[in-house]
Amino acid sequence: MSTQLAQREIFGDTMIELCARDPRVVLLDGDLANSTKSDKLASAAPDRFFMMGIAEQNLIGVAAGMATLGLRPWVSSFAAFIATRDLDQIRVVVAQPNLNVKLAAHYSGIMTGYTGKTHQVVNDIAIMRSMPNMTVVAPCDAIEARAAMLAVSEFAGPVYLRFTRDPAEIITPADHTFQLGQALFLRRGADIGIIATGGQTLRTIAAAAALEREGIQSTVLHVPTIKPLDAAAIVEVARSTRCVLTCEEHSVFGGLGGAVAELLGERCPVRVHRLGLHDVDGESGPNQALIEKYGLSVDDVTRAARSLLATL
Amino acid sequence: MKSDDLLRIGNDIRRRTLRAVHHAGAGHIGGVLSAAEMLAALYFSVLRIDPQRPLWEDRDRFILSKGHCSIGLYAVLALRGYFSPEELQTFDAIDSRLQGHPDMTKLPGLDMSTGSLGQGLSPGVGMALGARMLGKEFRTWVMLGDGEIQEGQIWEAAFVAARYGLDTLTAILDWNHLQQFGWATSTGYTNSSRLDPVENPVAKWRAFGWDVLECDGHKPEEFLASCEAARAARGRPSIIIAHTIKGKGVSFMERDYAWHSKPMTDADLERALAELDAADRRLGSGS
Repeated sequence: MSTQLAQREIFGDTMIELCARDPRVVLLDGDLANSTKSDKLASAAPDRFFMMGIAEQNLIGVAAGMATLGLRPWVSSFAAFIATRDLDQIRVVVAQPNLNVKLAAHYSGIMTGYTGKTHQVVNDIAIMRSMPNMTVVAPCDAIEARAAMLAVSEFAGPVYLRFTRDPAEIITPADHTFQLGQALFLRRGADIGIIATGGQTLRTIAAAAALEREGIQSTVLHVPTIKPLDAAAIVEVARSTRCVLTCEEHSVFGGLGGAVAELLGERCPVRVHRLGLHDVDGESGPNQALIEKYGLSVDDVTRAARSLLATL
Repeated sequence: MKSDDLLRIGNDIRRRTLRAVHHAGAGHIGGVLSAAEMLAALYFSVLRIDPQRPLWEDRDRFILSKGHCSIGLYAVLALRGYFSPEELQTFDAIDSRLQGHPDMTKLPGLDMSTGSLGQGLSPGVGMALGARMLGKEFRTWVMLGDGEIQEGQIWEAAFVAARYGLDTLTAILDWNHLQQFGWATSTGYTNSSRLDPVENPVAKWRAFGWDVLECDGHKPEEFLASCEAARAARGRPSIIIAHTIKGKGVSFMERDYAWHSKPMTDADLERALAELDAADRRLGSGS
């Protein structure tokens, strides 16, 4: 098996790196530092780490207040709490005033370490990408997660970063430079375009390889920045293939699939199928079982691609 | 500045607020009238600010957490020289910098956008924490409404501020005893009979580890003394619990929940302005 690395591990390491590089960077934690690996910074640079307790609404407001002073606060908690419990706070004191607060949303999707639906959020992309001034980023692996953190730290505005919990394969080159708003072509083929984001990109690549063995040539586009969307790349996928399949560990409502369908409906109408969760919450369980039950496995992606092609 | 001068400025804030709200046909009144002397004292005596440099790094910060009283804040900013008082008549108009609730992206001089209640104290905590980290000596002042402290986030912020011993943070509670609608008393819902939005705030804030000061929010000398006492707080955040009257200064608006926010007729405005002018005359010609 190839090297596996968790996004949260590299998050902790990269926070140390960012704080060492820039005296304005601080991290605010909602009492989950040992889950999100923010505890690495708490040990390495305790004066830059602010424990805010189990009080997530205040957490966002404190970060906003710090940002008005020119500090560069990062907020670290679970995606479920940031995207939903803190929604009004993010809207009013972060997004509307366009303050430089980075929202590190850990444990995104449904693979959250046996926590069940209360600790999972399946519509955070939909929520965040519909919010004016908000940028939304979902890296596929740990190396891209680090590169994204370095890139957004130089961007003055609110960013929602969606991180996954568990160790996963690395496909991003170690020297990768993250360009905010740029999608990446991982493979080119004329039969079907597959557009994916976050950790689901890893399963999409495996699915594309399996499809090739069956003689189906696919283009795979990884979209780590869901907002602003790389419209040109997505239209290019639609123009150069026969149909488009979107894949995400998220609801089919309003996430990457929604964004792609909206764009292509206006700019390049083609047949689109969205793979993701269909108006359901997740549950507790081992990752593989969750992926299979909720239709996100490599086999689910290949099946969806074949079905879509069969309708043409 | 002398107390009578601050009373006069307070009345000027009231007058300009009433004119702007009447002109806009909408806006909150009662909670501005209860806070008018305190806004005057803050901007003309307490805050270390420079209207010519609204983004001066070392300025004291002020957050109006009860953001629906924005027009009162705009009025005092204009009187203090941040912008021309004529602009107050653009309140709530399209393209105005004077939004219904304070929008820091539009108007220099606003240290935080507020409006969704219960959210103003947390950024104040962030400013005080950040000031400590940056070695800045400015103070952070946050005005709270008595209704909005029903929000849980206020108490999250109160807890964290005490845990960090933020002694450069001072909250001001405008305890005017009415909220937008409120709870009925045993006699039911009448205009002036409502349960207090908060019971015994002194004990509540003290229990959260804050230094608690009390004053009559309509007496500048008392409010200024509380602000001085707040500056002397060490190791704890402080709160000034200001006893006030909602609608203060206009007899038919005082203690009537309906004047939280209600359009005025022309006659209402004339009567209110006449009362405020009379109050100023009672203060004498001033210094």
